[in-house]
Amino acid sequence: MREFMDGAEAITRGALAAGCNFFAGYPITPATPILLRMLRELPKIGGVGIQGEDEIASIGMCIGAAMTGAKAMTATSGPGLSLYSENIGLGIMGEVPLVIVDVMRLGPATGGATTVAQGDVQFLRWGTSGGFPVIALCPTNAAECYALTQRAFNFAERFRTPVFIATDKEMISAQQSVETSTFENIPIADRARAPAEGEFVPYRVKRLADTPLFSPIGGAHLVRFTTSMHGERGILTKKPSNVNKTSRHLYEKIEAHRAEFELVAFDAPERAPTVVVSYGITARSMIEAARDARAAGKKVSTLTVHSLWPVPARALRDALRGATRVVVPELNFGQYRLEIERIALALDPRPQVIGVNRVDGELITPGEIEEQIL
Amino acid sequence: MLPEITTYRNSERARYPFCPGCGHALVNDHLNAALVQLQLDPRQTVIVTDIGCVGMSDQYFDVHAFHGLHGRALTYATGIKLAKPALKVIVLMGDGGVGIGGHHLLNAARRNIGVTVLVFNNLNFGMTGGEHSVTTPHGGITATTRGGNLERPLDICATVAVNGASFVYRGTAFDKDLPARIAEAIQTPGFALLDLWELCTAYYVPNNRFSKTELLQTMQALGLAAGVLQRTENAEFAHAYRARITDQRGQPVAPSQPVEQKFESALAKPTRIVLAGAAGGKVRSTASALALGGMYSGLWATQRDDYPTTVMSGYSVAEVILSRAEILYMGIEKPDILAVISPEGLSQVPRQLRAMDATQTVYVTPDLANQIETRARKVVFDLDRAPVPKKALALATTAAIVRHARLYPLEALREAICAGQRAEFAQENLRALEASETILQEVVS
Ligand SMILES: Cc1ncc(C[n+]2csc(CCOP(=O)(O)OP(=O)(O)O)c2C)c(N)n1
Ligand code: SF4
Ligand SMILES: [Mg+2]
Repeated sequence: MREFMDGAEAITRGALAAGCNFFAGYPITPATPILLRMLRELPKIGGVGIQGEDEIASIGMCIGAAMTGAKAMTATSGPGLSLYSENIGLGIMGEVPLVIVDVMRLGPATGGATTVAQGDVQFLRWGTSGGFPVIALCPTNAAECYALTQRAFNFAERFRTPVFIATDKEMISAQQSVETSTFENIPIADRARAPAEGEFVPYRVKRLADTPLFSPIGGAHLVRFTTSMHGERGILTKKPSNVNKTSRHLYEKIEAHRAEFELVAFDAPERAPTVVVSYGITARSMIEAARDARAAGKKVSTLTVHSLWPVPARALRDALRGATRVVVPELNFGQYRLEIERIALALDPRPQVIGVNRVDGELITPGEIEEQIL
Repeated sequence: MLPEITTYRNSERARYPFCPGCGHALVNDHLNAALVQLQLDPRQTVIVTDIGCVGMSDQYFDVHAFHGLHGRALTYATGIKLAKPALKVIVLMGDGGVGIGGHHLLNAARRNIGVTVLVFNNLNFGMTGGEHSVTTPHGGITATTRGGNLERPLDICATVAVNGASFVYRGTAFDKDLPARIAEAIQTPGFALLDLWELCTAYYVPNNRFSKTELLQTMQALGLAAGVLQRTENAEFAHAYRARITDQRGQPVAPSQPVEQKFESALAKPTRIVLAGAAGGKVRSTASALALGGMYSGLWATQRDDYPTTVMSGYSVAEVILSRAEILYMGIEKPDILAVISPEGLSQVPRQLRAMDATQTVYVTPDLANQIETRARKVVFDLDRAPVPKKALALATTAAIVRHARLYPLEALREAICAGQRAEFAQENLRALEASETILQEVVS
């Protein structure tokens, strides 16, 4: 079955399929279509969809709702993401399951409201204080918008942390024919709940890499939520051993499970000296460039990264091993290229890493990428 | 019948961490007394704290506790109340939190969200070292107003009252009947606020030789009345929201909108089409119909729109790609077909015009024909013989292009322009479609 839809619709359907029942957001081009659709759909399932007085309020409402057990999502673009920053940190520290869609537009600041860019990639990674790990997924088409939104919810639930969906203006607002019968329904994962009987300790984990059991505000156990540094009971602490434990737990919880976040599509019909690595809207140009290059008799493989953070290091190493040339097209000054260079550095032979970059609000053309495929 | 609860204070951490004489301890005791009086179920009660010394308070109560960011307590409280309207949500915040989170305070009052706010108003920032806050009295000495505060203090109560709060009270931590007032606030369905003036014994008191007497005198000197200042009965927001959406329950959720193939297209290669027109000229809806018609004919389609943020004026440019296979790259640097429908549109496409070559076609209305320099084939519509209203120009010319470039059967476009349209719009569209026949016959190449 074919439909004509934009990424906003695919994300909305993905969120609903994942069980999303709370959305708060503040209008901003190009993320507004997601706000409108979530507000249109949620009442039908008895959920809550609301426009907050600003981005800080919107994400705050999502966080409050999430801790009562709701599956919450919000969506914004660069200026709003900047305002989310402090609460993203709260989401990490307090262990809040939350999905945040970033629809990238040209920055900095107000920048180009209706102009495509991929300039938030490192901002998503380092956009809140403390430098703790985050999870960010990145779809390249409507089917992936649908599937990865479900995965984002599943990760948010499983690891109780904010999960980003990194998209862009074109992905969200361009209408496309979509084969929706191929839309993938991912089994829903819900946060592990504490049993109703017995003592409940809000931040207790057996191993550092575990996620604490959840009990909702308003549920059977008294819940103590905090954004401050805390021990397992949610009481403020400065005791180095407690602080160390909480910090390492927040780190290990993600880092120890890196294998689960390795979402990539590697297309290598044969060993090729050139590997192109890209993501999001630019990966579409990459795939087209590779097709044209192969038709012209060139050898090239492509790697589409669907999980930007944590960096799918193993998949990247495997894909880059033996290559002499790695091309990284992206709509910024080379933000993800930094990560690829880090990986390339450890390889022998060490491939040359070349960026193809645009910051003029236009998409990178397949031709511009093909030029770099020798 | 549940056994009576004699205290909501947490026995494990019975002693407050506040400085001796700090007003926060008094207010927390009053809150405890109010909870005891109401016998609230702790599992149905949430204390949401802001940052500051006041922010440590939730740890001393045996109810659900949420300790959030500076100034944002009301946002979490609102989310909690919206998600679970039955919960009693109590927000404890300082005058510092009122300042940095003033926007949330205004909006919580305006929405009349059913939370109870206790402002622990000690006229300065305690936790960070006695800096001035939005409620520091004029002349008040603080770490950041060494020579006396020049700013006028915020009237918190008047601010929330005028914006629709259900219950508003001003008093001090010394008020004997405070537990009853707090209990009344908690029982108020809508937004309730108590502005509770108190002493910060570490900073404001020593800096200003302040005591209970000066506290009361200051309130009086500012002409700020004490007691219950407002009781209204507007609808509580979380409940009003639920009531508003009940009739939508069970409607089909994000239903799919399949586009069936009914026609055949002979289109051989991907075709990139740009419609360059003016706002209000139905450029986007025409582009949608063009794409949809392609889909009815078994093609894949993409559509990108570009227009200024002031949607009702200026240019409107739409890009449509039709192809036999899925379309990846959605940009168009070199259109196969460029339709120039208005001067506004023309101003947006000089690059494309320069890029086009003799295998490609520019379709243009007569008035703009001689303004266009291009290596592409130029096709000029004759609009003199078949005048088309401005609003229908995009559709009429696009229909002409569908025929002339043999993109797909015109029947497919006819269906597309009527799909989902009200009868009168469909009629209007059909007239434009018919006009395309005449203007196409008159095509001057
Ligand atoms: C965004 C942010 N800015 C600044 C601070 C530092 N800070 C902590 S408490 C506080 C003021 C608290 O004053 P108030 O709300 O009156 O509480 P009190 O300490 O007087 O009880 C400030 C500015 C912070 N935590 N977060
Ligand atoms: S600094 Fe002021 S507000 Fe904080 S505990 Fe001491 S007296 Fe109370
Ligand atoms: Mg204060």
